[in-house]
Amino acid sequence: MSASLATVSYIGAIILFILSLGGLSNPESSRRGNLYGMIGMAIAVLATVFGPRVSAAGIPWIIAAMVVGGSVGLYAARKVQMTQMPELVALMHSMVGLAACLVGYANYIDPMAALNLTSAEKGIHEIEIYLGILIGAVTFSGSLIAFGKLSGKIGGKPLLLPGRHFMNLLGLLVVIAFGWQFLHAEAVSAGMIGLAVMTVIALLFGIHMVMAIGGADMPVVVSMLNSYSGWAAAATGFMLNNDLLIVTGALVGSSGAILSYIMCRAMNRNFISVIAGGFGSGGGKPAKKADGDGQPAGEVVSISAVETAELLREAKSVIIVPGYGMAVAQAQHTVYEITKLLREKGVNVRFGIHPVAGRMPGHMNVLLAEAKVPYDIVMEMDEVNPDFPDTDVAMVIGANDIVNPAAQEEPGSPIAGMPVLEVWKAKTSIMMKRSMATGYAGVENPLFYKENNRMLFGDAKKMLEEVFVALKA
Amino acid sequence: MALTIGIPRETAAGEKRVATVPEVVEKLVKLGFKVAVESGAGDGANCSDDTYRAAGAEIIVGAPQLWAASDIVFKVTVPASAEVDLMREGGTLIGFIWPAQNPELMKQLAAKKATVLAIDCLPRMLSRAQKMDALTSQAGVAGYRAVIEAANAFGRFFNGQITAAGKVPPAKVFIAGAGVAGLAAIGTAAGLGAIVRANDTRAEVADQVKSLGGEFVKVEYEEEGGGGGGYAKVMSEGFQQAQRDMYAKQAREVDIIITTALIPGKPAPRLITAEMVQSMKPGSVIVDMAAERGGNCELTEPGQAVVKHGVTIIGYTDLNSRLAKQSSTLYGTNLFRLTEELCKTKDGIINVNMEDDAIRGLTVIKDGEVTWPAPAPKLPAAAAKPAAAKPVAAPAAHGHGAGGAPASAGKTAAIFGVAALLFLLIGAYAPAAFLGHFTVFVLACFVGYMVVWNVTPALHTPLMSVTNAISSIIAIGALVQIAPPLASGLDRPDEWIRWLAVVGITLTAVNMFGGFAVTKRMLSMFRK
Repeated sequence: MSASLATVSYIGAIILFILSLGGLSNPESSRRGNLYGMIGMAIAVLATVFGPRVSAAGIPWIIAAMVVGGSVGLYAARKVQMTQMPELVALMHSMVGLAACLVGYANYIDPMAALNLTSAEKGIHEIEIYLGILIGAVTFSGSLIAFGKLSGKIGGKPLLLPGRHFMNLLGLLVVIAFGWQFLHAEAVSAGMIGLAVMTVIALLFGIHMVMAIGGADMPVVVSMLNSYSGWAAAATGFMLNNDLLIVTGALVGSSGAILSYIMCRAMNRNFISVIAGGFGSGGGKPAKKADGDGQPAGEVVSISAVETAELLREAKSVIIVPGYGMAVAQAQHTVYEITKLLREKGVNVRFGIHPVAGRMPGHMNVLLAEAKVPYDIVMEMDEVNPDFPDTDVAMVIGANDIVNPAAQEEPGSPIAGMPVLEVWKAKTSIMMKRSMATGYAGVENPLFYKENNRMLFGDAKKMLEEVFVALKA
Repeated sequence: MALTIGIPRETAAGEKRVATVPEVVEKLVKLGFKVAVESGAGDGANCSDDTYRAAGAEIIVGAPQLWAASDIVFKVTVPASAEVDLMREGGTLIGFIWPAQNPELMKQLAAKKATVLAIDCLPRMLSRAQKMDALTSQAGVAGYRAVIEAANAFGRFFNGQITAAGKVPPAKVFIAGAGVAGLAAIGTAAGLGAIVRANDTRAEVADQVKSLGGEFVKVEYEEEGGGGGGYAKVMSEGFQQAQRDMYAKQAREVDIIITTALIPGKPAPRLITAEMVQSMKPGSVIVDMAAERGGNCELTEPGQAVVKHGVTIIGYTDLNSRLAKQSSTLYGTNLFRLTEELCKTKDGIINVNMEDDAIRGLTVIKDGEVTWPAPAPKLPAAAAKPAAAKPVAAPAAHGHGAGGAPASAGKTAAIFGVAALLFLLIGAYAPAAFLGHFTVFVLACFVGYMVVWNVTPALHTPLMSVTNAISSIIAIGALVQIAPPLASGLDRPDEWIRWLAVVGITLTAVNMFGGFAVTKRMLSMFRK
């Protein structure tokens, strides 16, 4: 295959990738979009393997690596539980990051890569290698930590080291200094020191950055790492003078950046400070909490599963608001059974999804889809918010901050201004929770004390099963 | 020891209601109480002794025996003096008492060292109390029944029809007073297809009237008629004149008038005069729901349906008994909710907690001591709070960087400035080959931006996993390194590079296959 033919194939692959992302604009076209992605990837890989830059000697190696990696990937894809999707995605990001590092190192020690380059070009090329490895390493270690946190192998609590911003700044200065040294290194072995030191610092930075972030901020982190893995691919593209990599990396990078922006907006956080890994705004929280208005007034009314079933049976319209608690309790299937039963009785059941519900963007949608909930009754926050006043029962399952009226009612609250689902406007809201504990943001939820709110305490799955049994009876 | 709740047979003449029904008995038993029902208590409400027994109640023959056996007695109507005599010393009584109208009864009950909760004294503005509000539940039933009585006496259809035999105009119904009974009547009449108009001195109910399908008729006079606690008050003379003119006009136009106007502690206001009745079309109907308190219509005879000037005037005072089963069920549920509040421990023992606003208001006699009238309940202070907090809101929102608002001109200029500087630097130092790639990169970022904004939030997880799969394109980087056609004479560390590349390919292959496969699996689950 000639070089031109390979380039044309790359353009084809780029178009297919863009169509693939475009297909996700609705569930109908998304399946075809995924197919486009697969075809695009196949074309890109085949064009490269049979293109001018791979000789026949490499093909057995490539096949071996593909078979091993591919079967691991397929196995994981088949086995993974939908509640574990965030972990899987984080783990996969780390692989992209590590691969970017390895490619960067291989490129650096390959004398062919820098052959026939002018000195300016060589300088740019080395900057590209340096940046590519830097981003790759941060993505790798950051994603591994995110994986650990999401899978519960590492505690979800944010780890806040003293003077962490200062440490980050110091790390950045060291990275720049060694970058200078790396650029002026005469031989490969001399440059290697700078490269290695930078890699270690980047790995530490990735760990430190994600360790400082708590569980409920994970949607931002996961999409941010998604973005980083794209930028790593783009940097590798620059390094190898490969437009396919640059375009694909840019697509993925901007996609992740947009997702993190959406997540930040949904939590009323500043995008810039998140992208830079600077979750410094979290430091002000405890102080703010202390001068808050104290305990919300009113009394908490609890309710039993049987009474919940009665409320649901008598309702004409029900909105269910799921949160991470539903995922933890694996309650989505029971939720669907209840939904099905109520819909058969002619009750208008819908779901209201907050953008940051769960541990990654769209997490709740996937869980509900897995439980066979039809996607046309699963609504976005902005779609259902106007409907709460006409709703008889709003059922909150394992969510807290995303339905906290304090965000709208108390300007002094740490979560003030965060968009929330206005469940308290429904005739009755039922809050399913294990206890009265605060949510991630550590803010008291005045919803518990509202007159039209009822608390259903207990494990979401167990309680929902009881509700289901009572409904059927 | 679990207490016994006694349900005596109502003794008032014509009263068919009963203070609890078998469905509610079950719930009371679940709260830990024993329930005793006087034989025949539920006959008027179609609840036989057997159904009570099946629900777990004990049937006791004879009122004296029942009163003697009961720690707590649930009543509907105000107890007669003879009934109070039967009452156990120190017992508890829950039902309608109307302490203002029945001072003698209050004395008698106090002498019995009783604890009395008057359901009519419930502080109605507490939303928590709504579930126990028997006045509301009974008024709703009465309002419904009033329309049914009117329909019964009225000689025509309610709804307009166009039949083969000709056109039938819809009945016009005017409802005076849009309280609970009035609103129930509006809903019922509108449901039957009539044209419904309503009036109330409280202007704020106009929306409720409309929401039930009625038309709100305003009195052309400025005065606010809310008298606190959701009741109306007596209006000024000028207003009353304007109101009379309006009623006179309505009387000439409509077929049916249902009046529900009551003012607490006062005789019912005279709204419909004899002249107005005279001006009505023959065959028209007036249902006077205030008959018991003197009637809103001058010609009403309480307890009777009479025809005067060709107009049927219904003054039944037992509208609730005429729908005994429904009234009893709702009343029983109200009392059950109250019992729940009294017995939070669910062990069949009541605790009359005088700290609780709702219970404080209800309790008119505590252990023989008259505690009526209750002090005005503390209004929730929350209402004032948001107003006070508002001025703080604006600067706070600003500090958070005002989410969706477009960036200020200065900020935009700064961003453009930085971008321009960056581009200048790149243009000055970067070689031509790099600029080609850089162009592609910037354009791709914009394409990605445009495409991804269109992605529906429901598919954000599949978007992440598919971009993840696509980012394994980095495999290309490893592929071209594994064994490129070599230029001669170079010292290339082949082994090192090959192994780095092989590991790189393996890692990305996991992503490539795994990412697409898991996306496919996820997307196949999204269905309508």
